[in-house]
Amino acid sequence: MSVLVDKFDVFAGGFWLTLQICVLAAIGALILGAVVAVLRISPVPPLRALGTAYVTIFRNMPLTVVMFFAAFALPALGSNADFLRIPVLDVVFTRLSTDLPYFRFALIALVLYTAAFVCEALRSGVNAVSPGQAEAARSLGLTFGQNLRYVVLPQSWKASIVPLGSVIIAMIKNSALIGFFGVVGDLSATADQLTGAEGYAFIPVAIGISIGYLIMTVPLGALLDRIEQRQAVAAR
Amino acid sequence: MSQQSVLYDVPGPRQRRLTLILSVVAGLLVAAGAYYLIYLPLDEKGQFSLELWGPLIDPSNENFVLVWQRIWVGVQNTLIAAVLAIVCSLVIGTLLSILRIQLKSLTTRRFADSTAPVAYFLRGLSLGLSALTRVCVEVFRGLPVVITIFFVARGFPEFGITFDTLWYLVIGLTVYNGVVIAEILRSGMEGLPPGQREAALAIGLSPLQTTGLILLPQAFRIMLPALISQLVVVLKDTSLGFIISFEETLNIGKQIILALSNPIQVYVVIGLLFILANYSLSKLAQYVQRRLARGRKTAGLPPQNPPPAAVTAQAEASVV
Repeated sequence: MSVLVDKFDVFAGGFWLTLQICVLAAIGALILGAVVAVLRISPVPPLRALGTAYVTIFRNMPLTVVMFFAAFALPALGSNADFLRIPVLDVVFTRLSTDLPYFRFALIALVLYTAAFVCEALRSGVNAVSPGQAEAARSLGLTFGQNLRYVVLPQSWKASIVPLGSVIIAMIKNSALIGFFGVVGDLSATADQLTGAEGYAFIPVAIGISIGYLIMTVPLGALLDRIEQRQAVAAR
Repeated sequence: MSQQSVLYDVPGPRQRRLTLILSVVAGLLVAAGAYYLIYLPLDEKGQFSLELWGPLIDPSNENFVLVWQRIWVGVQNTLIAAVLAIVCSLVIGTLLSILRIQLKSLTTRRFADSTAPVAYFLRGLSLGLSALTRVCVEVFRGLPVVITIFFVARGFPEFGITFDTLWYLVIGLTVYNGVVIAEILRSGMEGLPPGQREAALAIGLSPLQTTGLILLPQAFRIMLPALISQLVVVLKDTSLGFIISFEETLNIGKQIILALSNPIQVYVVIGLLFILANYSLSKLAQYVQRRLARGRKTAGLPPQNPPPAAVTAQAEASVV
């Protein structure tokens, strides 16, 4: 058990790095997912086809393939993902500006992959609004923008918050993959490092790593359960 | 398409003209973007040369047969691991969901027919066991699958138990997906109308019979789409075998890349294989869902509570 005390800074560092990539990927995925969702419900057929193709591709590919693909295809496209070295952000999230691009590649893969699920969550929310609402808004003479802003989106937001939360939880769990992909020092890489190369006993390390992930996933899951129960009561 | 009718009016002539113009412009923009941002840089680096693609698509290439033989081995291993993991997690998940339902109903029993200390002991025991299974479920559901697989592969040899790498992968996947399936089935059973359970108990079935004969079959039926999407998850998750160097499709791909150094081409092919398999599985899930919805209507059964969104959405999204 002494490893938990001796190496506490390693565990804490791993936790911090995992948290960093989760926060960044969540922001990126929410933005990109919203864009794709807009594409998927737009009235212009080619844009709709583009959104549908995006979702079909990324939902059905394992994240592992997306990650390796990002690592090989981006350099071939002539980019080391340097556009992610955003001036103010990289002071807080120092890994964004390191020379080894793996963190940025992993981040891009995670964003691309999660955005497909975010899009589906948002779209299922819009679908959950009963058609009569939008029809009534149109017959009142609200424009498309007003219709979305005052009638459809406030209701769809309620319906999509729980699925969105589940997607984010899944994303946190998926982020464990980055440690096996070449990002040094996140929680899963720490597990590999401590039990493999440094030869610490397995069980304490496993407990430490598990606690690190459970701190992030379990409270979020409990919160979602509560929101869902309250919504179920309100709907009754 | 139902989307269309909700948000927009049926387009008139002017709107149709506008849509057509916008479609052409957007189509051109997308095509131009794909050409200048993706095709040209790739072409410049020679990524479309037959030297790189040949082993994968040209039957006359010397490596073609060998490459596809290796990929076939990988596909077989992926399918074997996926089928084993699915069967094991279905069995484990069903048993676990029955156990949790039984324990939950035990916690409300007061054991009034036993003497006081025995009754207290039994109540404490059932409460404790119920809490224990709950904790197990929360822990294994909250851990990433990669970490579970990694723990299994590192942990078992630590205690002197070694298997084939296939079994590490299967056990790791089973632990995670078994728990998820158990939760799907449990929420399916709890979503049933309470009259089902009450009626079963009233005609004299034991609690175990009630669960096995009345609740579980209905839960399976309602949750079939969610269960099938879970199969997609398992199929995708087998690609995690690469962290314990199990020879599944992705790992074979890496070996091919080492030999032929054409990463982009190999990953395109492997990605296509996965998309094909998973897309047909999700289409199957949609078809089953439609069939079920129709069957319920014609049979005139009371509308059943839909599964909680959190369970199904998380199950569907937790794909790696």
